[in-house]
Amino acid sequence: MKNDPKELLRYTPFERANHWLTAITFILMALSGLCFFEPLYYPLSQLFGGGVWTRILHPFIGVVMAVSFGIEFFNYRQLNVMTPTDWEWMRHVREMVGGDDRNMPEAGKFNAGQKLLFWLLAACMALLILSGIVIWRAYFSFLFPVALIRFAAVVHAAAGAIMIALIIFHIYAAIWTKESIGAMLYGRVRRAWAKQHHPAWFRDMTGGGK
Amino acid sequence: MALQSLDIIRRSATTTPSPNQRQTPEVVKLIDVSKCIGCKACQVACMEWNDTRDAIGTNHGVYDNPTDLTENSWTVMRYAEVKTERGLEWLIRKDGCMHCTDPGCLKACPAPGAIVQYSNGIVDFHEENCIGCGYCITGCPFNIPRLSKKDSKVYKCTLCSDRVAVGLEPACVKTCPTGAIVFGTKEDMLLHAEERVVELKSRGFDKAGIYNPAGVGGTHVMYVLHHADRPEAYNGLPKNPSIGAMVDLWKGAAKPLASLALGVGVLGAFLHYVTKGPNEVSEEIEKEFKDEK
Repeated sequence: MKNDPKELLRYTPFERANHWLTAITFILMALSGLCFFEPLYYPLSQLFGGGVWTRILHPFIGVVMAVSFGIEFFNYRQLNVMTPTDWEWMRHVREMVGGDDRNMPEAGKFNAGQKLLFWLLAACMALLILSGIVIWRAYFSFLFPVALIRFAAVVHAAAGAIMIALIIFHIYAAIWTKESIGAMLYGRVRRAWAKQHHPAWFRDMTGGGK
Repeated sequence: MALQSLDIIRRSATTTPSPNQRQTPEVVKLIDVSKCIGCKACQVACMEWNDTRDAIGTNHGVYDNPTDLTENSWTVMRYAEVKTERGLEWLIRKDGCMHCTDPGCLKACPAPGAIVQYSNGIVDFHEENCIGCGYCITGCPFNIPRLSKKDSKVYKCTLCSDRVAVGLEPACVKTCPTGAIVFGTKEDMLLHAEERVVELKSRGFDKAGIYNPAGVGGTHVMYVLHHADRPEAYNGLPKNPSIGAMVDLWKGAAKPLASLALGVGVLGAFLHYVTKGPNEVSEEIEKEFKDEK
């Protein structure tokens, strides 16, 4: 299957490597961030060498994540513009989640759900970066009034929690839709898979034939 | 200041009871601003007892020295020249931790046991548990804690919890030459403060009063002010300090609820998978491509 020349290239090696860099840094950010979110999660700080190391590392890992996410955002922003077909797709999304995708409007390289997720993640990321700078006590907090720091702390916690929820959704969607994890790992997808899940993209890639 | 304490009523980032078998009476340090002569003996005594030494600063043309609290200066005298109906007045306030009954620092702290509150009311930092995030600074309504550049730990007045634990008064109280700082049980200090207010009123300070702000549940450091109607005149002492809506939102019920929502989300996804099954390529399309191979 790996060497089938008829498979379609969905993600380039660079896109894959960068996606997984974002994914790994996100996991590290979520685990370390949760330590400061609620006492319940504080034991996770042991994974990073204790509370002090967690406090030191979290923002630096965040810088790496901001760069790799930024590259993904730049790469995919045009592919994720919502079209009228996408809004129509969203109106049918319940049927699809229920297991019946026969009436779904044709999705392009990314379907409407993926596109909305993309914009929501980008919004969370922007809020996390901005608020994160304000509450990065070691280097930046002294630049800001305390009222703004308090506001930023709330924004950071809320955006972080929402982002974790969105990524849980993202991971589940990838598990649910068989072969899509393989697409992000190996880059190529079977044509049958493409026609099933992204028919408009399939046509673009194959010129409509098989 | 760490002590083997059996009288802890609150501990940061801890959801189970702290060792609190022992009960102690609530204590208060009362600072009578009207008696203060601004000699800074309290600043010196504080550094002496706690063995902290601040860097030698520069003269800024005012009496304030150092000009702000630091990780080594846990108390500073703040001098304000204020015009009142009595003419020009020199209002001198000893600034430092107020030891709030409802401490914003403790509420904000994410490190278990880095901030504790004893049953006597003292709010104490246990620096060995501090992770240096500075959330206590964000949570404090009085702008008190200071982050050390040397060790990235936060420091502030301990109300000499080590001295109080063995029946001594705080060092600043011990040294005050005018009796402007007194220390005792909350009950006694409030009585004494009320007497002082009566005295000040009889001397023409109509608006004299006690500063014990209700917004933070009262404090264990209180002031007698000759102008209690305008605490801001004393170098920005907040009129109605409280933890505030933002910190309440940040540290309140929202986060446990968010945790619950995330847990429900994961469970929901799992249930979706086992009830609806995976989203696979349909037989029709599979067939279409199979023939070709």
